[in-house]
Amino acid sequence: MSELVRIENLKVYYPVRSGFFNRITDNIKAVDDVSFTIEAGQTYGLVGESGSGKTTIGKSLVGLENPTSGKILFEGQEVTQIKQKKAINYNKDVQMVFQDSQSSLNPRKTIGEIIAEPLKSFGVPNKIGAGYGGERSFEQSKVDERVLELLDIVGLPARTISQYPFQFSGGQRQRIGVARALATNPRLIVADEPVSALDLSVQAQVLNFMKKIQRDYAISFLFISHDLGVVKYMTNNIAIMHNGRFVELGTTEDIFNDASHIYTKRLLSAIPSLDVSQREAKRVYRKKVEAEFTQHQDTYYQQDGKRLRAYDLQQVTKTHFVALENGGV
Amino acid sequence: MWQTVLRRVLLMIPQLILVSILVFMLAQLMPGDPFYGNLNPNSDLATIERMRHAAGLDLPWYEQYIKWVGNVLHGDLGTSYVVNKGWAVTRIIGQRIWPTLSMGIIAAILTYFLAITQALLAARNENKLIDRALMVWNTMTSAVPSIVFYFIMMVLFVYIIPIFPISGTGIDDSQNFTTNFFGNLSYAFLPALTIALFSTNSIFQYLRSNLLDQQAQDYVRTARAKGVQIKDVFRKHILRNAFLPIASGIGYSITGVLGGAIFAETIFGYPGLGALFVQALSGRDYTVITALMLLQGFLALMGGLLSDIISAWVDPRIRVK
Amino acid sequence: MKEKLLDAKDVSVAFKIAGEYQTALHKVNLSINRGEVLALVGESGSGKSTFAMSVMGLHNPEQTQVTGSIKLNDNELIGLTERQFDKYRGVSVGMIFQDPLSSLNPLMKIGDQIAEAITVHDKQSKEVKNRVQQLLLDVGIVDAKRVSQQYPHELSGGMRQRVMIAIALANEPDLIIADEPTTALDATIQAQILDLIKEIQLKKNAGILLITHDLGVVAEMADSVNVMYAGQIVEQASVEELFNNPKHPYTRSLLRADPSDVNPGEDLYAIPGTVPALNDMDHSKDLFLQRVPWLNDEVVNAPVSEELQKVNAQHYVRGNVWKTFEFEEPVNNEEQV
Repeated sequence: MSELVRIENLKVYYPVRSGFFNRITDNIKAVDDVSFTIEAGQTYGLVGESGSGKTTIGKSLVGLENPTSGKILFEGQEVTQIKQKKAINYNKDVQMVFQDSQSSLNPRKTIGEIIAEPLKSFGVPNKIGAGYGGERSFEQSKVDERVLELLDIVGLPARTISQYPFQFSGGQRQRIGVARALATNPRLIVADEPVSALDLSVQAQVLNFMKKIQRDYAISFLFISHDLGVVKYMTNNIAIMHNGRFVELGTTEDIFNDASHIYTKRLLSAIPSLDVSQREAKRVYRKKVEAEFTQHQDTYYQQDGKRLRAYDLQQVTKTHFVALENGGV
Repeated sequence: MWQTVLRRVLLMIPQLILVSILVFMLAQLMPGDPFYGNLNPNSDLATIERMRHAAGLDLPWYEQYIKWVGNVLHGDLGTSYVVNKGWAVTRIIGQRIWPTLSMGIIAAILTYFLAITQALLAARNENKLIDRALMVWNTMTSAVPSIVFYFIMMVLFVYIIPIFPISGTGIDDSQNFTTNFFGNLSYAFLPALTIALFSTNSIFQYLRSNLLDQQAQDYVRTARAKGVQIKDVFRKHILRNAFLPIASGIGYSITGVLGGAIFAETIFGYPGLGALFVQALSGRDYTVITALMLLQGFLALMGGLLSDIISAWVDPRIRVK
Repeated sequence: MKEKLLDAKDVSVAFKIAGEYQTALHKVNLSINRGEVLALVGESGSGKSTFAMSVMGLHNPEQTQVTGSIKLNDNELIGLTERQFDKYRGVSVGMIFQDPLSSLNPLMKIGDQIAEAITVHDKQSKEVKNRVQQLLLDVGIVDAKRVSQQYPHELSGGMRQRVMIAIALANEPDLIIADEPTTALDATIQAQILDLIKEIQLKKNAGILLITHDLGVVAEMADSVNVMYAGQIVEQASVEELFNNPKHPYTRSLLRADPSDVNPGEDLYAIPGTVPALNDMDHSKDLFLQRVPWLNDEVVNAPVSEELQKVNAQHYVRGNVWKTFEFEEPVNNEEQV
């Protein structure tokens, strides 16, 4: 396995201004000293509740946000700031799929134009597949050909080319978003809540098909979601975020079978189960976890002003990291 | 909040300086000047030149500007050359500003009152006859030049049904304030009402569509689910939310007081600042023109500030930090 | 003996679209007992919210036709005038909505919004202030005094939904309608709000009509379940029956589409096709069968009895296909959206 992206001590702060001279008096720490590595061809889940900073990490990764400090390395090369990303055409390798497919597709452009856009700026690779580094063509005929091919991969008919985003359902638009992301042969796709606006049956279609693309083209996936059920199904590795910090990091088994941080336990206990016979027992357990979360905060968090700040991650096993003081010993 | 207001007021100083330079240059750019304007066959050119020299009008504009600023800082806006020859500009404006303010404020209040009433009626009866009638009326008043309506109102209420006085402001320097105030009202009311009647269109259209938008909001459904009658939902919930984007415009209506008065004051023979501006302009009365334009610039800046204060006051979501 | 609270018979709703009435809800029958949580499940467009709005009488009367019978405590609701409806909304039935931020008036203090729910029905009430504080305490807001002076934007999503619940509870209604009450909330907050609703329901012995698309929420909360598809109920069962012994092809498809119960190695079941448009709904057939590609036309187009078929005393299903229905293996997931 080879390292694709490494994030080192990433911090994204938003200044708070106040007073007569509008000076910066405080910072909102959206992402507060986070490090992790994405390996080629692997899937990662980034889970947290609203305001946890998970989307900010996604945006910093694709270049929609300039980090305050820390480093982002792509195959060892620094791409922390937006201009560094531009210098090496980083966005042909890292693409994003957004939650709201309605607003992320330009309503005045045809689907053909939308998918052709990245092909025109980065060229059409000779074949589809993550990391294919060969020649790229800028010929119009190649672009048209590839657009059709991409539509076929995401299961949309050829006539889609001349249609507009409003003519499609949420699930179809999400497919178009994936086709656009796929166009440049990315090594990594960052998917920010790609299915949370969809009905269950449509969600299933989109998830199946993202999984298939990931497998077929060996693309790394960073799946950002608040839904642990979806993340469990989609990814092999999970990071749990709270207040801009990682509280737990491990394989999907580590998180689901051996959760060690109280916040992870709290998230897990909150997932409704389809097993009706267990619901009273689950409710009791949930109350217990909730009580522990409120009563033993100093075991799991440092105080940072009024905010709970998780400790640094400590290694528990080869794959499993937990944010406990001295590793919880 | 008050810190912000103070900062904004301090920021107005450089803005005003910029405005004053602009105003001064523009006035100089007008063809002619107060003395050549009064040229007649008997004029002695040498005398005019002497008068221009005495007034400093033969200096380059920046020297005139520096001199002028020095005087302004001492509260001296110069003396009028033409309109009220020899009077201090501050005295002229001081005399004329009250009629304009009283008319402008009455006009603004009436405009909002009429526009809100009409918009509520229209929105409550969407697509019904009354709604359509109000739409047509408002489109018409904004399409036809307002002067036409001014003449109609003038003829109607001064000559045919003479319930309002012909011209003047009802203000007499020898009277005390209350006498002047009430005397002025009967003179100010007709032009104010006329302005209001025919300028509801933009507020009406905007408010009507806001009311209809707000009607479809989730909080309206909540209020209905509580058992609140639809008319009370309008009164207690919808109106205030719909009025929000318009409330910020109230501040700017102060800015419009001067500009809106120009036609109305001239036609109704109501000698306020608007009429003064027209007189000064035709006589190239530099000192008066610059003073009035500076006043207008000041009002525009104040209007902006006032609008922001009103917005923050009516909308709890806007916190002025 | 269970006391019947809400009894809906043959409720149909049609919306006027481009001058013609289109049926959005077709002959819905269901009843809720006092102290019971009845879940109405279905995807967007299934008609579940349309039913709730009919119980509240909140459809636009000029563009909606509601027929059938809805009785609450034996009083008929269909055909009431607006004024009559105003007297019972918020008194006998309270409603909680999906998005608590947009459902609260942004310009009104929290305390005033709760107080309005009381004063609109009881103008003389002198205890309003105390009752507002008590309601806030009841929904778990300890800092009641301060919160009642705040505006909606100053509260978190979970707090806002608690306020919405306080409004719905203001007059101790017999029936509470909760329309996707936790869809806009984070998982931990969802759990807290669901627990709160359950707690209140037990304490007040109220009936709850819970509308949701989330099977997990159903399993967590409901006593009985009605599954809706394209404006009709396709399956009606106790919650244990529904999850342990689902019958209708739609219910079974939904359960197989839920990722939380599926092994990551397997594909999810993706229901092919889409819900038919309002003007394309022939309610004499089982409309879901159009979306089962391996059934032949004869089965898909067969007329279906209006009565649900009995599986057992706690379980009723629409049509007869459930008796023989099997998924085709392997699951076909290449179908288009």
